[in-house]
Amino acid sequence: MKLIYKAPDSFAKKQTTYCPGCPHGVAHRIVAELLEELDLVKKAVIVWPVGCSVFGYDFIDTDATVAAHGRACAMATGIKRAHPESFVLTYQGDGDLASIGMTETVHAAARGELITTIFINNGNFGMTGGQMAPTTLVGQVTTTSPYGRKPEVNGFPIHVSEMLATLDGPAYIARASLDSPQHINQAKNFIRKAFKAQILGLGYSLVELVSTCPTNWKMTPVEALERVRREVLPVFPIGEFRVVKGVE
Amino acid sequence: MGERLLMKGAEALAEAAIRAGAQIFFGYPITPQNESPEYFSRRMPEVGRTYVQAESEVAAINMVYGAASTGTRVITTSSSPGISLMQEGFSYIGNSNVPCVIVNVMRGGPGLGNIAPAQADYFQATKGGGHGDYHSIVLAPHTLQEECDLMYDAFELAEKYRIMVVMLSDGLLGQMMEPVEFKDWVDVSKLKTPDWAIVGKGDRPRNLVSSFDLSPEGLEKMNLDLQEKYKKIQENEVRYELYKMDDAEYVLTGFGTVARIMKTTVNMLREKGIKAGLIRPITVWPFPYKVFEDFADKAKFFLDVEMNEGQMLEDVKLGVNGKKPVQFYGRFGGIVPTAEEIYKAFKLHMGGC
Ligand SMILES: Cc1ncc(C[n+]2csc(CCOP(=O)(O)OP(=O)(O)O)c2C)c(N)n1
Ligand code: SF4
Repeated sequence: MKLIYKAPDSFAKKQTTYCPGCPHGVAHRIVAELLEELDLVKKAVIVWPVGCSVFGYDFIDTDATVAAHGRACAMATGIKRAHPESFVLTYQGDGDLASIGMTETVHAAARGELITTIFINNGNFGMTGGQMAPTTLVGQVTTTSPYGRKPEVNGFPIHVSEMLATLDGPAYIARASLDSPQHINQAKNFIRKAFKAQILGLGYSLVELVSTCPTNWKMTPVEALERVRREVLPVFPIGEFRVVKGVE
Repeated sequence: MGERLLMKGAEALAEAAIRAGAQIFFGYPITPQNESPEYFSRRMPEVGRTYVQAESEVAAINMVYGAASTGTRVITTSSSPGISLMQEGFSYIGNSNVPCVIVNVMRGGPGLGNIAPAQADYFQATKGGGHGDYHSIVLAPHTLQEECDLMYDAFELAEKYRIMVVMLSDGLLGQMMEPVEFKDWVDVSKLKTPDWAIVGKGDRPRNLVSSFDLSPEGLEKMNLDLQEKYKKIQENEVRYELYKMDDAEYVLTGFGTVARIMKTTVNMLREKGIKAGLIRPITVWPFPYKVFEDFADKAKFFLDVEMNEGQMLEDVKLGVNGKKPVQFYGRFGGIVPTAEEIYKAFKLHMGGC
């Protein structure tokens, strides 16, 4: 029989630590597939975040580190500048990237650091029990917005991709969604372009992945995906926000 | 020895770091050490190395952490408020066992304080500063020449123990000019990427640089390993200078800038026939407890002088261990005591002896 589909060799042969139905595993898998397809496994250094995916290095077999909460882009800057031959990725949640680490992210992007960020937008802080994130939707109930996010109290959600796309440093900024096979394929295409941006030395790249957190959303995995289509994607639309020449 | 040049402290230390093999610098401006990043920004590209201005000290230290994780010789320089911001990174670096060199050109605090020289970051430097049980090797030079010489040792110690080495300088050493003679250049092309570095796994099993273990047993093991390392450093790397201590009955002590001034005080006392000497810790962590213990039997009293409220005093007292009185004289706020002032403080205590 001809083998037409298999798990990437660099991807875990063990169970992930994520909740049932959590898309972190899907995002990991896409990253691992692309690292193999583009022959980057041996060159890759992944900076894992503080958050649910803190153990990411256990699931993708590359050189790795775990940055302090939010500091992934600064640490990745250090790695890449010290060792430009490495292929450097950061993998970050919305608490990590858009809250405590916003400064480090914006400046790495503005400098056009030759690193790539995979940004998981699941609308809350997953690991610490579902607190409000900068991406939490208006009206969304979290453990620290128990009455629903109110703009007058908590401000508005931050559109990271749109914001970073206003900078000159990034070569590629896009938002995809992990709610359906079609969207997952699209996400993979976007991430491929983001990797290409780094390989070609064109600038910083980031792909935001609209994700779910069924556990903290208190929904079944399927309900959570439905909520993404119904409530989240209208606020955080899928698309490419910055594509410099050479990436297409 | 190599070239002899008249240089400003902050620039001399940068030149020494470059000659000692610093391959990459990350930093953020703060007085009184701006001449260091300025100098690095000009000089690093000249010698084919890398300079990056970070957006903050928080980012700078995490860039250092990243570069250190690749086994590259990396340095940052800052001053007290900037160093406070870096403490998070120091703690992570501590438990990740990656080597780097940090310079703190101390200024008056707390808070924004001022830009005059002070020594009030001793606790922060020697007792951890960030969270958790960690230490860094802390070197306290008292002249520009010593600072430049120690820069070579700093990188070597950092790599030998995979630890952060702090050069505890101050605004006076940062801003003064002195002739310095530089040691020979380290040939950076001969520096090897260590086998633990994260640079892409190639054909070996993957490397992981990490400061965490969520299981208490695992984390305790990490801590025990750290303590084991610190024990070795305490056994092997203690450095101090004894000045006119052979027959000393009165022991003066201080570190860095103050100790330099105290040498004049010792000479003044000697001229009056008073047998005074100086113990000058060069490593303030590991602290030379033993030398204080040894002199505690012979000395009449100890006088510790610092530009702070007596932070090193606690270590001096631990060394002396109650055997003899330990007196203290300190100035705050960026005031550097004069040799005469210290002489007067000494005489006051001698009167009460
Ligand atoms: C300095 C610091 N502050 C707070 C925390 C606690 N903390 C751990 S994970 C986390 C939130 C992570 O959320 P996110 O980045 O959205 O990732 P997710 O868990 O949702 O994947 C927080 C606040 C920490 N580890 N360090
Ligand atoms: S808490 Fe949420 S983000 Fe974290 S693993 Fe569970 S479902 Fe995924």
